[in-house]
Amino acid sequence: MNIFISFVLAIISSMLIDNVVLSRFYGICPFLGVSRKVNSSLGMGVAVVFVIMLATVICWPLYNFILVPAGIAFMDTVAYILVIASIVQLVGLFIKKYSPSLYKSLGIYLPLITTNCAVLGVAQSNTDQGLSFLNSIANAMGTSIGFLLIIVTFSCIRVRLESSNTPKAFKGLPIALICAALMAIALVGLQGLFSGIKL
Amino acid sequence: MKREKGYTKKNFLKGIIAENPLFVSILGTCPALATTKTIEAALGMGILFTIVLICSSVLVSLLRKVISEEIRTPAYIVIIATFVTIVKMLTNAFLPELFSTLGVFISLIVVNCIVLGRAEAYASKNNVFDSFIDALGMGLGYTLAILSMAVFREILGTGAISFGKIFYFIPYFKLQIIPKNYVLSIFQNPAGAFIVFGVILAVIAFFSNRKKEYQAYLARQEKIRKAEEAKKLAAQKAEGGNK
Repeated sequence: MNIFISFVLAIISSMLIDNVVLSRFYGICPFLGVSRKVNSSLGMGVAVVFVIMLATVICWPLYNFILVPAGIAFMDTVAYILVIASIVQLVGLFIKKYSPSLYKSLGIYLPLITTNCAVLGVAQSNTDQGLSFLNSIANAMGTSIGFLLIIVTFSCIRVRLESSNTPKAFKGLPIALICAALMAIALVGLQGLFSGIKL
Repeated sequence: MKREKGYTKKNFLKGIIAENPLFVSILGTCPALATTKTIEAALGMGILFTIVLICSSVLVSLLRKVISEEIRTPAYIVIIATFVTIVKMLTNAFLPELFSTLGVFISLIVVNCIVLGRAEAYASKNNVFDSFIDALGMGLGYTLAILSMAVFREILGTGAISFGKIFYFIPYFKLQIIPKNYVLSIFQNPAGAFIVFGVILAVIAFFSNRKKEYQAYLARQEKIRKAEEAKKLAAQKAEGGNK
């Protein structure tokens, strides 16, 4: 039971308290680039969840069972980026074959994910911190769902911002960044949520 | 191909101002927000980034006739990842403080859009010298951009400028500019990074809007002047015809 509770807590804390975009600053490029429409941000978010989970499931055993025994742990970055690039390619091919409609809505975001810092960042920080496999999965799940949550919320805000009356110099990206700052402040309020819970 | 005069200088300067990777193209935003808490960390990030960019641009440019079109992107990614690994290990050995401050963001240079973007857009089509100059300009432009963000964040957030913590070979010094009771610690938090970045972009937009408006104004004046001249000419012609 304790393992289960700590698993859930790890997911929630990496999802909200230590949010991937607003406090760890991974994946700012798609956060700013693909958040003009709610639909496209939803597609991007779902694709990222999928790729991050798959990348973690492959990268953690790769590091601990192949790179470390072989004595080439320093090659981790090269190995991870190759794994991620091939996952993205394979997932693209797979979806194209079996679900063309899903490919139509998700396909254009897939190549962008290779250069999304969140995917490499999660894989790298999991092994840098020496997390166990279960904790790595929890971290990946929390991070990716946190990304989905924030990018969809942010795109909803941006749709409203388009029609609002902002100063001319702030139109577009600057006011969106200020909104992101306000969202970050809101998430700071959740810090210390688990400080009373002892495991 | 004939080179126009002053091309090298133009090529170098475009990365710093006209095509600044951070403030104009909005690329490489993750390290720009994450590593600008202190000036020293930003400087370290800028230097590492510039080294990786120059090395990978030069190598991509050297190999541009060997790498075939189909496997272009994976090959570039492997080249970049190799240089990032080298830089990471050297930093860990010689500047351990910088290594622990930047953490995972050194590895994340691999997925920085600027490095891959320059390899695709410039180094794969131009000779080694031009690619080197382009990479140097872009790297310098990026370093200056994140330094300017770090200056605001450190001064407003801690009220002081300090050096010597990360680059341990510089004697430590600290210059208090704003009294400690008046600092806004929010600028050291993630939210402050977004605010500083947003305000800088707004200032840039303000000045470029003004420049555009001024040019539009000049064009309008020119049009009016020309119309008046044409009128005068027509009137003169008409007078001449009357005589």
